[in-house]
Amino acid sequence: MITGFLVLLLYELLGEVLVLLLKLPIPGPVVGMLLLLLTLMLLKKVPAEVDKTATTLLSHLSLLFVPAGVGVMVHFQRIRSEGLAILVALLVSTVVTLVVTAWTMQVSRYWLTHRGRSDAPS
Amino acid sequence: MPHPNLTEIWVYLAASPLLGLSITLAAYQVAYGIYQWGKANPLLNPVAIAVGLLIALLSATHTSYFTYFEGAQFVHFLLGPATVALAIPLYKQLNKLRRLWLPVILALIVGISSAALSAIATAALLGATPQTLLSLAPKSVTAPVAMGITEKVGGLPSLTAVLVVMTGIVGATIGTRVFSWLGIRDDSIRGIALGITSHGIGTARAFQVSAEMGAFSGLGMALSAFVSAALLPWLLRMLNLVA
Repeated sequence: MITGFLVLLLYELLGEVLVLLLKLPIPGPVVGMLLLLLTLMLLKKVPAEVDKTATTLLSHLSLLFVPAGVGVMVHFQRIRSEGLAILVALLVSTVVTLVVTAWTMQVSRYWLTHRGRSDAPS
Repeated sequence: MPHPNLTEIWVYLAASPLLGLSITLAAYQVAYGIYQWGKANPLLNPVAIAVGLLIALLSATHTSYFTYFEGAQFVHFLLGPATVALAIPLYKQLNKLRRLWLPVILALIVGISSAALSAIATAALLGATPQTLLSLAPKSVTAPVAMGITEKVGGLPSLTAVLVVMTGIVGATIGTRVFSWLGIRDDSIRGIALGITSHGIGTARAFQVSAEMGAFSGLGMALSAFVSAALLPWLLRMLNLVA
């Protein structure tokens, strides 16, 4: 558990350092994630310790968003005056994004798997 | 010596991180209990319920968010290692990803643009201020990147953080329902779409459906962070929203 957690922290640290050095416009943990993914691809397996810690941490992912969510209380004033616009915009936009993104994936994958297979027996 | 009353004890405890941390975990336990009692109905989103309980408690006791965050930051901190940990489920789905890379790239470009454009258009029609519009644009992107984008274009980063969490909750709540309505059952497609729309909160919900959906949602979120950081400031300049 400790080894696994240390690995995650070290990759996050590495990501943060790279972001600062190369002035990347993305957060350190996202870079750390890609670095860990590259490492796993080179290792061709997931070390048991890292696997265990990652699975435990990800099974409680929802909990980690709670402190940021409580921050809503700081913005009550603006949310009260522009609340309707904000709420409707979030709802409409979330539905639109879900539908458009899923359809794009579905249609482009269908097109890719069925293109070049016209010679296959039907 | 007179016995201190409850208010004095609360004031004393609120000054230490112990209280913020304990009430965060307790509120989440209660919220998760309700979610399980409701047979994992997405309408009973555990993040939304826990946030509601905590705001009620903090308001009732006149405790400020900043005092609360002194303790809650220990939970908040774990978001970093958890983001790194997404590499593990992603690695396990690598074979499937190899066959899907082109649809994923198309979904990213179309998804990120439609998320920002539909939110800005709807809010503008309903009379939101330009600053709110700018803060709304990156709402589907994972919080730290979204706040960075807002800062760059001149919006309010702390407002963006709140809008990001709200978008996450909305997507996690209605996501699976929208997919069944569309007749989309493939967990890789559902995961990518939920990750692009609702970042980490969508990913948390996706992991409750299946490991595959969670892995792809994490991927959608991570790639969206990269693409959005490049695409959104440019898109907002095209719309003449950035001076």
